[in-house]
Amino acid sequence: MFGYYLDLALRSLKRNKVLTALMVLAIGLGIGASMTMLTVLHVMSGDPLPERSGQLYCPQLDPLPLKYQQSAYGPDPRLNFTWPDAMALVAAHRAERQAAMAGGALLIRPAQAGLRPFYVDGRYATTDFFAMFGVPFLRGQGWSAADDAGRTRVVVLSDTLSRKLFGTDDSIGRMVRFGDADLRVIGVSADWQPKPMFYADASAKVFDDADQFFLPLSTALDLKFDTNSNQSSWSSFEGDMKSPVLTWLQVWVQLKDAAQVAAYRQFLIDYSAQQKALGRFERPPTQARLYGLMNWLDRQNLVPADVRLQLWLALGFLLVCMINIVALLLAKFLRRSGEVSVRRALGARRRDIFLQFGIESAVIGLAGGVLGLAIAQLGLWSVRHRPDDYAHLAQMDVSMLIGTFVLAMLASVLAGLLPAWRACRIAPALQLKTL
Amino acid sequence: MEIRPILASLRKHRIPAALIVLEIALACAVLCNAVFMIGQRVASIHWSNAIDEQGIAVITVNGADPKLAASEIPRNLVALRGIAGVTAVAAATSMPLDQNPALSPFVAKPDANTTVNTSVYFIGSDGERAMGLRLLQGRWFNAGEYAGSGFKNFSSTGHVALVTQSDANRLWPGQSALGKTLYSNATGWTVVGVVADVLAQDPKFSGPGGMYSSVFFPLQPDGVMGDYMLRSTPQDRERVVREAVQVLGKLQPGAVVEGKTYAGMRSDYFADSNSMVWMLVLVCVVMLAVTAFGIVGLTSFWVQQRRRQIGIRRAVGATRGHILSYFRTENFLLSTTGTLIGVMLAFGINLYLMEHYEMNRMPWYYLPGSAIALWLLGQLAVFGPARRAAAVPPVVATRSV
Repeated sequence: MFGYYLDLALRSLKRNKVLTALMVLAIGLGIGASMTMLTVLHVMSGDPLPERSGQLYCPQLDPLPLKYQQSAYGPDPRLNFTWPDAMALVAAHRAERQAAMAGGALLIRPAQAGLRPFYVDGRYATTDFFAMFGVPFLRGQGWSAADDAGRTRVVVLSDTLSRKLFGTDDSIGRMVRFGDADLRVIGVSADWQPKPMFYADASAKVFDDADQFFLPLSTALDLKFDTNSNQSSWSSFEGDMKSPVLTWLQVWVQLKDAAQVAAYRQFLIDYSAQQKALGRFERPPTQARLYGLMNWLDRQNLVPADVRLQLWLALGFLLVCMINIVALLLAKFLRRSGEVSVRRALGARRRDIFLQFGIESAVIGLAGGVLGLAIAQLGLWSVRHRPDDYAHLAQMDVSMLIGTFVLAMLASVLAGLLPAWRACRIAPALQLKTL
Repeated sequence: MEIRPILASLRKHRIPAALIVLEIALACAVLCNAVFMIGQRVASIHWSNAIDEQGIAVITVNGADPKLAASEIPRNLVALRGIAGVTAVAAATSMPLDQNPALSPFVAKPDANTTVNTSVYFIGSDGERAMGLRLLQGRWFNAGEYAGSGFKNFSSTGHVALVTQSDANRLWPGQSALGKTLYSNATGWTVVGVVADVLAQDPKFSGPGGMYSSVFFPLQPDGVMGDYMLRSTPQDRERVVREAVQVLGKLQPGAVVEGKTYAGMRSDYFADSNSMVWMLVLVCVVMLAVTAFGIVGLTSFWVQQRRRQIGIRRAVGATRGHILSYFRTENFLLSTTGTLIGVMLAFGINLYLMEHYEMNRMPWYYLPGSAIALWLLGQLAVFGPARRAAAVPPVVATRSV
C-alpha cells in the first residue's frame, strides 16, 4: 500500500508543479534558516574536551567585602582567583590534579633575520595543567612542581609557533626571547585548541584563540609578564599581583567521582570558613561553589545575544513557512474532494485517506529537507564569512545533518496533519452527487 | 461594497481564512521587530564622531621600550612629519572605537557617584590638530600643559582637561563647563575647553548615556602612548599608512608596528552590526515573499473553487469590477484582522526582547508602518487571482448546472 500511495503522491505533486515547487521552496527556506542558526548554536555549546569534561571542575570563592557593589557593566571579580587563594588551593592537593593559570600575550623577538617581532597568546600555569587537560606533546614534556617552585625559565611551544620560529617541531633546548627574557624550550605540544577555550576568562575570544606557548606561572610573575585576563580589585593593590584584593587567576581541578566532588566542595567551604576566621573573607563560607565544566560553560553564557536573537528569528520564519504550507496543502487536498469521495465510496477507510495524504506531505518534507540542507550550507558559508570569533566553527556535523531531515519531515508532516484530517472528513455522498 | 456576503462566505471557509490571518499576523510581528532592529543597527553604524574620520591614519606601535619613550616618540614624530601629504602628527594612548577601553568615572563633585564610564584619551602635543577635534568653547592645551603633564596610575598628573559637549551638559547642566573642576577618585582637573562629541573607545562598555562621554588630557612623550595619528587628505591616507609603517618599522625594529586608516578602524568596529543588518534584511524579504506566495496560492484555490458562483454572479449582472473588488475587499478584511493581531504580537515580542536582550522600546510608528506594508502586500498578492476570477465568463454558470 505504501508504494501505491507514494506513486499517487508523486503523480499528484507532478500535476501541479508550481504549487509543489512553492511548498518545497517554503519548507526548504524555513528549514535552511533554522538549521543554519541551530548549527551555530550547536557548535557554540559543544563539549571542548569530550573525554575529560566529566571530571573537570571549576571552584569559585567569594573574597569580596560585604559592601562590594557589582557594576552592571564590569565583570564579576569572583569569576577569578586572588594569588593567595589560588596558591592555597593548588598547594592543598585535595583533588586528583589541580592547576592555577592566567592568559598573557607576549612579544617575541625572533633571533632569525627577516622575522619582525610579533605578539603571541599563551598561558602561564602550574605543572598539572598538561596532565589535567591532556595537552598532547609532540616532543619533550611540561615542567615539574620543582620548576614551579624554582621559577625556572622554561617554555612549552605549540607546533605552529615552533615551526614559525625554528622551521621545525624539534626545538627542544633552544632559547626563545619573550619580552626581555630568554626561555629554554622543554616541550613542543601538538596544536591544541579546545572550543571554547573554557579555562580562559571571559575577556578572551574563547572560540578563536589558541595558546601558542605555556610557561610556569611563577616564572611569569617573576619576569613581570602582563596578563590579559580581567583584573579586578576592591581596594588599592599597588600593582602587586600577589595582593589578596586582586583577582586575576583561573583555577581548575580534576575530580574522579561524586565522593571526591562532595569532599572538595566541603574543602572549599572549610577553606572559606578558615579565611573568614582569619578576617580575610567577610561573606558566608557557603558562598564557595564548585561547577562542572559543562555547567560552568552554561553559566558563562558564551552564546552572544545576537546569535540567540537570530535563532528566534529563524524559528519564527519557519513557523510562517509552515502555516503557509498548511494553507497550500489544505487547498490542494480539498480540491481533490471528488477523487477522495470516489475512493471512499469504493471502500477506502478514513485512515487510508489520511495515510495517503500524510505520505504526500512527507514527500514534500523530504524534498524540502534536501533543499533546506543546501540552503543551510549556504547560510553556514555566509556565517563563516562573518567577523565574529565563532565564525570559523560554523560547520555541520552528522548529527545536525540528520537533524535537518528530521526537522524537515516533522515540519511537513505536522503541516500536513490538519489538511489530511479535513480531507478524510469529506462526506462522499455530497461530493459524488456533483460529479 | 457590500461586506455581508463576504463574511458569510468566509464563515464557510473558516480554516483557510484563519490560516491566512495567522500567517499575516506572524509575518507582521516578525517584520515589525526585524525592521526595528535593522533601524537601530543602521543608526549605530552612522553614529557621528567629531574627529576627522576620513583623513586620519593610525599607526600602532607595541613593545617599544617605555624607558626610551621620551627620546623615541619626538624622534618618530619628526620622521612621520616628513611623509609627503601629512599635515599634522601626534602621539596618543587610544582612539575612539579602537575597542581598547580605558575607562574612569568622572563627576562634578569630589564625593559624587556615576554609572557612566568615561573614555579617557591622553594626547600628545598637537593632538587636537592631528585628530581633528572641534573646539566649541574655551581653548586648546598650551605647550606648557603638554610638556608638564605626566601619566601615573592610569590618570593625568597635569591640571587641565578637555570635555565633550555631552559631558559638559551632563555634569554641569545649564552652566558653562569652562573653569569648572572635573573629579575622578578625589583628584581634580580644570576644564579649559569643550569639544564637539567624540565617541567612546568602545561604547558598549560606557553605560547608559555614555556613548559620547570622553575626556582628553595632555601628555608629554610617555611609554603608554602607542598610537601615532597622522592627518592628511582622504586621497592620501592609504599611502600615508604604508609609508608611515615603513618609517616606524625602521625606527623601532624591536616593536610590532601596525597601520590602519581610521575609516578602516571604524568599519571594523561595525562589521558585526553590518552583517546582522544584511541577514535581517534577507530574512524580511524572503518572509514577505513566502507570505505573498501563500496568499496567491490560497486565493487561486478559492477562485477555482468558486468558478460557478462567480459565473452565476456575472450572469445575473455583476461586472468584472464587482468580482475584482469582491476578492480585494475579502483580502482587505483578512489583512486587517491579521495585522491587528500581528501588531499586538509585535508589541508583546518587543516587551519580551526588552526584558531579555537589552532591546529598546519600539517607537509606535513601526506598528502602523509594518501593518500598512503587509496590507499593501496582501492587495498586491491578491491582484493576480482576482483578475483571473474577474475573467470567468458568465456562461460558466449555464454549463455546469
